[in-house]
Amino acid sequence: MALIDAVFLARLQFAFTVGFHIVLPSFSIGLASYLMVLEALWLRTGRQVYLDVFQYWLKIFAIGFAMGVVSGLVMSYQFGTNWGVFADKAGPVIGPLMGYEVLTAFFLEAGFLGVMLFGLGRVGRGLHFLATCLVAFGTLLSAFWILSVNSWMQTPAGYTMTQDGRFLPADWWAVIFNPSFPYRLPHMVIASYLSVAFVVGAVGAWHLLRDRQNQAARLMFSMAMWMAVIVAPIQMMVGDQHGLNTLEHQPAKVAALEGDFDRVPGTPLILFGWPNMQQARTDYAVEIPHLGALILTHSWNGAVPGLKEFPREDWPYSPVVFWAFRIMVGLGVLMTLMGLYGLFRRWQGRLYSSPWLLRGMVAMAPAGFIAVLAGWTTTEVGRQPFTVYGMLRTADSISPIALPGVAVSLAAFAVVYFIVFGAGLVFLLRLMAKPPTTGESGPPPQVPVRTAGITPAPVMSIQPGAGE
Amino acid sequence: MSIDLPIIWAALIAIAVLAYVLLDGFDLGIGILFAVEHEDEDRDVLVNSVAPVWDGNETWLILGGGGLFAVFPLAYATIMPAFYPTIIAMLLALVFRGVAFEFRFRTTTRRGRAWWDRAFSVGSTVAAFCQGLTLGGLLHGVNVVNRQYVGGWFDWLSPFSVLCGAAVVIGFTLLGSCWLIWRTEGALQDRARRRARALGIATLALIVVVSIWTPFLEQPFMDRWFGWPGIVLTSPVPILMALLAWGFFRAIERKQEIAPFLYAQGWFVLCYAGLGISIWPLMVPPSISIWEAAAPPASQLFLLVGAVVLIPTILAYTAYAYWLFRGKVKPGMHYH
Repeated sequence: MALIDAVFLARLQFAFTVGFHIVLPSFSIGLASYLMVLEALWLRTGRQVYLDVFQYWLKIFAIGFAMGVVSGLVMSYQFGTNWGVFADKAGPVIGPLMGYEVLTAFFLEAGFLGVMLFGLGRVGRGLHFLATCLVAFGTLLSAFWILSVNSWMQTPAGYTMTQDGRFLPADWWAVIFNPSFPYRLPHMVIASYLSVAFVVGAVGAWHLLRDRQNQAARLMFSMAMWMAVIVAPIQMMVGDQHGLNTLEHQPAKVAALEGDFDRVPGTPLILFGWPNMQQARTDYAVEIPHLGALILTHSWNGAVPGLKEFPREDWPYSPVVFWAFRIMVGLGVLMTLMGLYGLFRRWQGRLYSSPWLLRGMVAMAPAGFIAVLAGWTTTEVGRQPFTVYGMLRTADSISPIALPGVAVSLAAFAVVYFIVFGAGLVFLLRLMAKPPTTGESGPPPQVPVRTAGITPAPVMSIQPGAGE
Repeated sequence: MSIDLPIIWAALIAIAVLAYVLLDGFDLGIGILFAVEHEDEDRDVLVNSVAPVWDGNETWLILGGGGLFAVFPLAYATIMPAFYPTIIAMLLALVFRGVAFEFRFRTTTRRGRAWWDRAFSVGSTVAAFCQGLTLGGLLHGVNVVNRQYVGGWFDWLSPFSVLCGAAVVIGFTLLGSCWLIWRTEGALQDRARRRARALGIATLALIVVVSIWTPFLEQPFMDRWFGWPGIVLTSPVPILMALLAWGFFRAIERKQEIAPFLYAQGWFVLCYAGLGISIWPLMVPPSISIWEAAAPPASQLFLLVGAVVLIPTILAYTAYAYWLFRGKVKPGMHYH
């Protein structure tokens, strides 16, 4: 692992670009659904505060979505530039799934985002709400296809292989609904919801710390705390099921993330330690006897596989998987506790006036996104040394691009992404720093925060001179 | 009669790429024109004239890339590594340019504005130049052995590809200027018209040089263009080109507003057709044909079902969006 070669840098480059990208769709998925709920509540109750919060987050959604478009553009070319052999061999199976992702996302974006962003009060409430629902549905549909591709790489199914090692589709249903997909999809979607809940909660808390009477901030905070207390525990259960599915299909990954090198009956749960790949043991392990067996096999004396059962060249790099997994689970626990603390304060009638709860929520603003990145690291590094699990090695997937080329492009990506997305983050934070107000305005129609969408005709009349 | 799936898909991908060139070409040109339009007010008009549509235009590029991966994986897997530097530079340039649309209105300082304006301008220019380099390199041929690119770093770099790069930059600037003739008025429109005339001459000259040079790159191109019976198909191209060129300059002289844009787009369609004639039936010159590059029928058919419904729908939406945003873009809107 000390050796830095072209494969390693190509992996790093993919990890870097997708790591930046993954945060933005997660944000869009969660926020689109939140906006849908807010608009539904507004339509039902007619209360101004729902509309205010809706407009507040709509502006933020517009910027996040635009950044997602440009980082997504890069992703659609990365498979070819750095992973040409993979693209050639797995393309017949996963290419069409990604094609559907592009087509459907494009379709829904083109059709309805413009109406959602600029059409309120111009197309009628019902139609506007429909547009919001379709955009939310579109983000979920994107997630569906992308996670299907991702899951297929983890648990390939429904294919045949040619003589020269290419994958051919045999059964599309089996390809799309491959074994890990039904677990991965809800886990990721819930993760998006939870991430956004903590951002919304943090923004609400931030403004409550300054003005406890701000009704919109109260609403954000209250909704976020309900999400935390309900969804965080659900996520833990879904994650547990996902883990059992991984144990069934990718036991080596589970061994790596548990830091287990030997199969022992009544496997302990290693809380902390440092998996030592050379010596094939986990150093400085702090463990709880039998708990590992209990969680993963649901029996006291069950045994979890150890890495030594697998050929050494098939081992994922355990220290990264082990720690990424602990960061994800740790944050999950923290988010659950936060939700419970919030529930307790609510029961006391002090939800909005508990400084430590508010400060805690502000501090945890990025918790969901960090957990998403850690979870994604766990599953992708845990898939190594394969791109298509068990079938196609990462080292055999790479484009014939030598080290200097990959190094230079990686450096270029790093510089550009830090400038561009750093600036984007500043603009987002600036919007979030403004307190929500009564009669909150939507995205200013004359500022070209535009996407492919169709903006309803009357908006055009405010556009400089259009339509005249 | 059996359906030739690879041909259908080659046509669909070709349409996606052509749609990209026709739609994003002029808005990249708008970015390039920032180099000569310095006034804040004019720049706002430039950006606002394309702001509502640029991101839809760019999505055709995602469709082109994603589509190639889906239905011609071998082409995708060999072209991308072969043009590694130009593709990545293009992507990064597009990232800069894309966010600049938003960010230049969101910065609060003059320096910030100047910085994002530069990002917009340089990003647009680099993206266009890289597209030309890639095109030129592709015509030169991609060295593929055993389904893998085996050439070097800079195989795409040649006097021909640099010429193509320059041609695309100049050509897109022409499209951008013609767009401004259509969508603006007053002094800005006058400047655009003057530029369009000069750029039209330059573009035409470059098209002639590239067209004469191309058949000499590969023997099959030569046979296609000047051999019998290919010449029956190819001879109308230069004749049509001459007609469109005449129409363009006449439209400029008569101060017509929409016509120059349409004529210039017509040039691009003809160049594109000429390109298609040259490389047909290859997908990756000189060795990989459309059929060899194709994914298995099961893959192509699966995506085709969705594409035949969605691509026309997207085209219809796009047309509708342009209809909605028709009309002159006037200065005087100050946002911040």
